[in-house]
Amino acid sequence: MNFEAIAARAATTSLPGGEAPPKMAVRNLDFFYGRFQGLKNINLDVAERRVTAFIGPSGCGKSTLLRTLNRMYSLYPGQRAVGEILFDGQNILEPGVDLNLLRAKVGMVFQKPTPFPMSIYDNIAFGVSLYEKLSARDMDERVEWALTKAAMWGEAKDKLKQSGMALSGGQQQRLCIARAVAVKPEVLLLDEPTSALDPISTAKIEELITELKEDYTIAIVTHNMQQAARVSDYTAYMYLGELVEFGVTDSLFLKPKRQETEDYITGRFG
Amino acid sequence: MNVHTHKQFDAEMEAIRSGVLAMGGLVETQLNRAIAALEDDDERGGIDQVGAAEREINQMQVTMDQQCSQIIAKRQPAAIDLRVVLTITKIVNELERIGDEVKKIAYKSAQSRGANQLDHVRRFDVVHAAEHAREMLQLSLDAFARLDVEAAAEVVGRDEEIDAAFSAILRQLISYMMEDPRTISSALEIVFIAKSIERIGDHAKNIAEAVVSAVMGKDVRHASAEQIRAEVAEE
Repeated sequence: MNFEAIAARAATTSLPGGEAPPKMAVRNLDFFYGRFQGLKNINLDVAERRVTAFIGPSGCGKSTLLRTLNRMYSLYPGQRAVGEILFDGQNILEPGVDLNLLRAKVGMVFQKPTPFPMSIYDNIAFGVSLYEKLSARDMDERVEWALTKAAMWGEAKDKLKQSGMALSGGQQQRLCIARAVAVKPEVLLLDEPTSALDPISTAKIEELITELKEDYTIAIVTHNMQQAARVSDYTAYMYLGELVEFGVTDSLFLKPKRQETEDYITGRFG
Repeated sequence: MNVHTHKQFDAEMEAIRSGVLAMGGLVETQLNRAIAALEDDDERGGIDQVGAAEREINQMQVTMDQQCSQIIAKRQPAAIDLRVVLTITKIVNELERIGDEVKKIAYKSAQSRGANQLDHVRRFDVVHAAEHAREMLQLSLDAFARLDVEAAAEVVGRDEEIDAAFSAILRQLISYMMEDPRTISSALEIVFIAKSIERIGDHAKNIAEAVVSAVMGKDVRHASAEQIRAEVAEE
């Protein structure tokens, strides 16, 4: 399929609400862990500079879907995706896609804060130096910029040489977000970014997500439904590998279209 | 509807649901007392009961609002639960205001006596309108109990009849007042009573509209009865 045809197809699918253009378009996506099918015929658009939340019970495939968006699954043999994921019109599931470049454009933050065992400064500079050759001064600026974006500069500016491991959990997670932001990605994938954090750190991260969507397209997996309701513009409810309902967050939490969604978000599940 | 994983949440929702119906039942009893006061020339004992029950209704409003606040604070209800809780806070408000109107009717019915030629307006036309308002109230509470949008749409439609009855009573009373100025003070009391009845119809309509928004998730305030029926039929 040529580029124009793919782009045209992506352009024709309108998001619910329809005011934001799709940054990523998932089409007829199946995913397999060996012989087990983890995702079944997923179709959805991730809107540009909006927050899209994936919710659903454990094992529903929401993290799996998130991990296909930057092909994180390709690290593991036996896991494969079939279908299309169009990123600015290009199918990232095709062979020959530069995965390192893809992951620079589509950054990811994980459930547990995973700072590298190095200084705060180096945690950020390390990733940047893999993609860009910056002068020491430009790198200083980039580190400050990334920490500022992640609402960390005030806390970190006097201890840039200290180990990233010495920070609190919430600070570590914001450091990881700064690290992801530092390489200037276009899309940020957040896999339960606050599940290991206390309420205040959680609130800071949520505030940060709202600020980051000015510049980035964000997809977030969360077990906390209220968090999805608070931070996201679009919400996808998944169950047993299928996309049950995808809609504008404001209406999905007030009047979902599907009974299954209603049962899940009102706590009538199982 | 399925039960919540938190059974206590179900119990709390059930408590506010039955609380609304208990409060509605008491308001209905009050309205019956007021109608009796309108019909019966010697009715006086009812007035004290009306006053006592009105205080009870006020207390129920406070309690119900607290229970709804607690549910919102503790359970963060979503979707149908959220819509039901919000609807209940609205209905409780409407019921309390109906209670106020009923009290006014009961007290004013005593003051409206005296001009004999107006008795039949009070005992027939006004009572007829009050019975119509009572039916609307009953139907709106039924609609809430069963989350029945069709019944709710019917209540909204019937509000027009009560508005028409109010206009008719007003025209009649104006004729009397022009003909014989001595009837003015009694006639004005009856105008106030009729206005209260008309307001009860409005409150019943508001309850019905709240039921529609709870069930369908659509705000139908300020929509016409036809529009609401069309929305309900579409659902």
